[in-house]
Amino acid sequence: MLLLLILFPLAVASLALLLPWYQARSWLLPISGMLHLILAGVCVAGSDYAPNPWIGLDALSSLVLLVTSLLYAGCAVYAVAYLDLRRDRGNQTIVPCLLVFLSAMTLAIAARHLGLLWMAVETTTLASAPLIYYNRNRLSIEATWKYLLLCSVGIALALLGILFIAYAALVAGDMPISLQFDILLTNAAQLSRPWLHAGFVFLLVGFGTKMGLAPLHSWKPDAYGEAPGMVGALLAGGLTSVAFLAILRAVQLMTAAGDGAMARQALLGMGLLSLLLAAIFMVRQPDIKRLLAYSSVEHMGILAIGVGIGGLATFGAMLHLVNNALTKGCLFLSAGNIQRAYDSKRLSRVHGALATLPISGGLFLAGFLAITGSPPFGLFMSEFTILRGIFGSGHLWIGLLMILLLAMVFIGMGATVLTATQGEPVKLESAYKDSFLLVVSPLLFLLLVLLLGVYLPEPLQAALREAAALLEVQP
Amino acid sequence: MMELINPLLLAVILINFYTLGSARLVACIRVVALQGALLALLPLLSHGLTFHAILLAAEAFCFKGVVIPWLLLRAIRRVRIRREMEPIVGFVPTLIFGVLTTVGAFLFADLLPLAPEHHDGMFVPTALATMFSGFLLLITRRKAITQILGYLMLENGIFIFAVLLSAAMPVMVEAGILLDLLVGVFVMGIVVNQISREFSTINTERLTALKE
Repeated sequence: MLLLLILFPLAVASLALLLPWYQARSWLLPISGMLHLILAGVCVAGSDYAPNPWIGLDALSSLVLLVTSLLYAGCAVYAVAYLDLRRDRGNQTIVPCLLVFLSAMTLAIAARHLGLLWMAVETTTLASAPLIYYNRNRLSIEATWKYLLLCSVGIALALLGILFIAYAALVAGDMPISLQFDILLTNAAQLSRPWLHAGFVFLLVGFGTKMGLAPLHSWKPDAYGEAPGMVGALLAGGLTSVAFLAILRAVQLMTAAGDGAMARQALLGMGLLSLLLAAIFMVRQPDIKRLLAYSSVEHMGILAIGVGIGGLATFGAMLHLVNNALTKGCLFLSAGNIQRAYDSKRLSRVHGALATLPISGGLFLAGFLAITGSPPFGLFMSEFTILRGIFGSGHLWIGLLMILLLAMVFIGMGATVLTATQGEPVKLESAYKDSFLLVVSPLLFLLLVLLLGVYLPEPLQAALREAAALLEVQP
Repeated sequence: MMELINPLLLAVILINFYTLGSARLVACIRVVALQGALLALLPLLSHGLTFHAILLAAEAFCFKGVVIPWLLLRAIRRVRIRREMEPIVGFVPTLIFGVLTTVGAFLFADLLPLAPEHHDGMFVPTALATMFSGFLLLITRRKAITQILGYLMLENGIFIFAVLLSAAMPVMVEAGILLDLLVGVFVMGIVVNQISREFSTINTERLTALKE
């Protein structure tokens, strides 16, 4: 079943290469997105974690799988209308690449072998490069080149980290030398310490580049800024969660080996740095999509801080992962609509969006309130839980610093978003109009985030607790 | 066959130096191809003629020694570039720095807690030195093609380390990793083509429009 979930997007991708009709190709996306979501639901509900050496789902990966699949389905519905707007650019490349991207992300989530995980993450880089280059102009080339080179080098370092972990097993002697994750976990206590630590550092740097943790985030504003809105949503909500999952695997391994404290400290440091840099660069940011990219850096930082503190904060981080992915979906899609309408994403041209485009502008503004953690949205709950975890574990200064930085982010982001949305209506030069397919997905994402803020269903709570427990308890 | 390993690794290090010091792109691509081909022999020499080793060697030879260099040569023929003109750091300083890091790699490898059977070999220092050289190329050169070469050398260094551990890596995963490398270089080659079409150069220093 899980194998089907990974392979069927590839089959659809090859079908997309053969289909001669533009609209039919576009519609392949929502069809496979929905199918993927249903199948993912079945996989998660049906699996009581049968040990397969290659792929399998545990509580952590089930969570990430469902979130990614939901986000993808929403973006795929949006894609039909978006690609219809962009007939001049064509969809012969973007549709197959989006499908391969889905398949690679699913494989990365389900992988139980570190080598396979590496392969899948590298494939996501390669499949998303043409997506970022969709607009085919100078700026998008620059963004694509930076993305490709930085992420490839980062991922190469992650491979080195994986090899170091295998070497830790080799030096330890009396254990099987394998990169199968369950074997590694059970024998983690025997692994040679120096090599395990070196491996963890390289994994953190490698997958951290992919996730966009500061100081390894420099590709992020460029790539998210130049990519189409829906690609930005998939990268900021889906791919970053996948990369975070890869880092969490390394944390799990360190915890099992009894060195969890060191791993947590590293995450905490990088998380705080991400939050700080994002807050600085968001002030006076004149470009709405780059603003969202820095917001993504900020939230990756919050995730890292949550896991870095541990305990209740880890639970908060799991909830935050869900909230962040959905809100980023809403924000990037509505920002994409605004960009299409104004034919620009810079504040020099974009203003009065709320009056000009009531739905997209309104979604963008509401999304901003959600992402900065205003009540009653879900991010308020998750950030509050993380802060409670921080204060509860006695890290007074870290908690205060985080509150200060979050306030800074709110002000910085608010200045740009309010300039873009408030003001007199503008006479648009483009023929763009909000249509049903263009706004239904962001609206749905926003409603879900709102729902999560008001009411956390019991099954989801249990799933989050289980996922957090995987990171805490030594197996 | 073990006695052949050290000369082979020495050749790999010499190729690192050549690439760091040379301005001729075609020659650089050819020697990196040679480096890939030499490294393909490594699994055979260290593990003997097992199925796993033969498959890995054949694949590494095809990808690292033949297909990727061919792709790169084709790319520079299209964009008509022959030389790396003004590197960010001169050739002599990078070469000297490369030598220093290589010496450092040998000293550092002695301090590492290696498995007893790897203490005398040159595997680990060569791997480190090759990775450093790849990094140096990535940082100090302006041409997109040379940056790809740096990435390839970085991967070559990791490959040397991986040969020590091929027991941990199933054939399928190794094959996938090499395939990813191939597709990666292929995609990068396409991007280089697009860069040259848009900017009429493949100097990445022109790629500076996106910044704060």
